[in-house]
Amino acid sequence: MKRILVGIKRVVDYNVRIRVKPDGSGVAIDGVKMSINPFDEIALEEALRIRERGGADEVLAASVGPADCQQQLRTALAMGADRALHVQADGVLEPLVVARALLKLVEREQPLLVILGKQAIDDDNGQTGQLLAALWNRPQATYASKLELADGSARVTREVDAGLETLEVDLPAVVTTDLRLNEPRYVKLPDIMKAKKKPLDTLGLEALGVSPRQQLRLVRFEPPPQRQKGIRVKDAAELVAALKKKGLL
Amino acid sequence: MSARILVVAEHDGTRLNPSTAKCVSCAGTLAGAEIVVAVCAADAAAVAAQAAQLAGVSRVLTVENPANRHALAAVLAPQVVALAAPFSHVLGPSTTFGKDLMARVAGLLDAPQVSDIMAIESAQRFRRPIYAGNAILTVELAGGGKVVGTVRAASFEAAATGGSAPIEKVALHLELPTHTRFVSVSAAKTDRPDLQTARRVISGGRALGSADGFKILYSLADKIGAAVGASRAAVDAGYAPNEMQVGQTGKIIAPELYVAVGISGAIQHLTGIKDARTIVAINKDGEAPIFEVADFGLVGDLFQIIPEIEKLVG
Ligand SMILES: Cc1cc2nc3c(=O)[nH]c(=O)nc-3n(C[C@H](O)[C@H](O)[C@H](O)COP(=O)(O)OP(=O)(O)OC[C@H]3O[C@@H](n4cnc5c(N)ncnc54)[C@H](O)[C@@H]3O)c2cc1C
Ligand SMILES: Nc1ncnc2c1ncn2[C@@H]1O[C@H](COP(=O)(O)O)[C@@H](O)[C@H]1O
Repeated sequence: MKRILVGIKRVVDYNVRIRVKPDGSGVAIDGVKMSINPFDEIALEEALRIRERGGADEVLAASVGPADCQQQLRTALAMGADRALHVQADGVLEPLVVARALLKLVEREQPLLVILGKQAIDDDNGQTGQLLAALWNRPQATYASKLELADGSARVTREVDAGLETLEVDLPAVVTTDLRLNEPRYVKLPDIMKAKKKPLDTLGLEALGVSPRQQLRLVRFEPPPQRQKGIRVKDAAELVAALKKKGLL
Repeated sequence: MSARILVVAEHDGTRLNPSTAKCVSCAGTLAGAEIVVAVCAADAAAVAAQAAQLAGVSRVLTVENPANRHALAAVLAPQVVALAAPFSHVLGPSTTFGKDLMARVAGLLDAPQVSDIMAIESAQRFRRPIYAGNAILTVELAGGGKVVGTVRAASFEAAATGGSAPIEKVALHLELPTHTRFVSVSAAKTDRPDLQTARRVISGGRALGSADGFKILYSLADKIGAAVGASRAAVDAGYAPNEMQVGQTGKIIAPELYVAVGISGAIQHLTGIKDARTIVAINKDGEAPIFEVADFGLVGDLFQIIPEIEKLVG
């Protein structure tokens, strides 16, 4: 069975303007819209396209976190994932813990490819894919904008600071997605109904043998410094004069 | 016990990337820290010589191996780990090179990583942005072990030069993985300044309408010696290459002058320019959110305004 495992993180929707709680203990996320991390939607879309081309038989969506994650897993099933795995875990989850949990799933499911997002847009850590690849002792191809599977290997084009880099990696491997890899499909209503019948299994983090250790204490959350509101200029001449005066031109 | 910090150098085989000087200056904010730079290369001499000049660096370690010709995280990580033993902190830049590599290093070390460090408050305490910069989080190392970090370059000035640290060759006898192979890189050749270090940046958004539309920005940029950036929408539409994307998931920059042309100012874009000294916004919609952060705002049609500016500065 050729399987692709995809990470699905539940995050505050990217359109929500988040606020820091006045006591600095966190960000206020009660009642705000939650979604699949955008990069994970791209990961799932890529896996589905590979399966649709015949490059894989099964797409597995996995999420680590509290029971609410099942909402995002259901959405992933509605998008087209075949099965979902929920690793139940509460409290702060550091990337290393998530990577260890994903490694346990990888050992059970033996995927040919794991596709994660390049970063979660809540914590902006950008670590989990590389951590998993390190723990698994397998190749990583991060920031993918193109992914081509061959027999036993993959060719991945990566968005790097200099431009585009192409790597060849042996399979199995971990790939993380960048924005240009694809445009995720919309979920259709009948698929939401069908998704209710697809298998979604829950496992316990500690039952998997992963300790939820927290190595970084979250001391304080603060709002960022605000920029001073500037001035309006009436035309190009006034703008250029103002910039020259400040020594910027 | 004072901190011992290993900084992993980013380079292209001949030139040290400016992000490394920023990592050194970040490390230098920790009083009394010993700062050592590691250069893993096929031929390390030229890069090591540049690293040795950075103020505050006490030693440069070089690891030479033909496998290091291209920076592959899977190949470099075990080498960095082999060097890391005596160090309390292992830092790299928050560039695609550093983000790709350092987390793999953290995985091999089984150590926590602090991403995008914007300030070091103590050997155990760090500040970093989360939620696209909408919150700043202070974290503290709970145990006494090693910590890995990536440094948000826009938060630090480059370390000065003028030092002359000793360079030591280190021979590592490691079996390096061959499961990851470099195929090619395509980088646009340009004479414009590098986006990440440029003093002036002009960025274009969806409003430019085409790759051709961007030409008016290139022309003005060349007149004033600026780099050119782009919004995600402009990159997605193919008007500009991916390496020009500025923002939460693109490049985070801190130029003295940032000119946003036909960019609405989505939160993900603003994250990339928070540290710009002066922001100019040119947009035909007076209500566009970019004006909330702009020091100078000009409402109007960019296709008329940009050529006018070019004439005025010429
Ligand atoms: C996960 C994720 C990550 C993202 N990361 C990034 C990122 O790193 N960087 C980034 O930029 N975005 C990012 N985005 C996208 C972001 O949310 C916005 O969609 C994007 O920045 C919009 O680009 P824009 O301002 O060019 O386009 P638009 O929002 O369409 O704005 C175009 C602007 O041009 C103006 N305009 C039109 N015609 C003219 C004219 N003739 N003259 C003057 N003004 C004109 C309009 O008034 C409008 O304000 C991300 C989004 C997500 C979901
Ligand atoms: N709790 C989680 N459950 C499932 N996948 C996750 C989780 N956390 C992170 N990931 C995956 O790892 C990627 C990078 O996350 P991060 O390292 O937290 O920025 C995400 O885009 C997901 O694909």
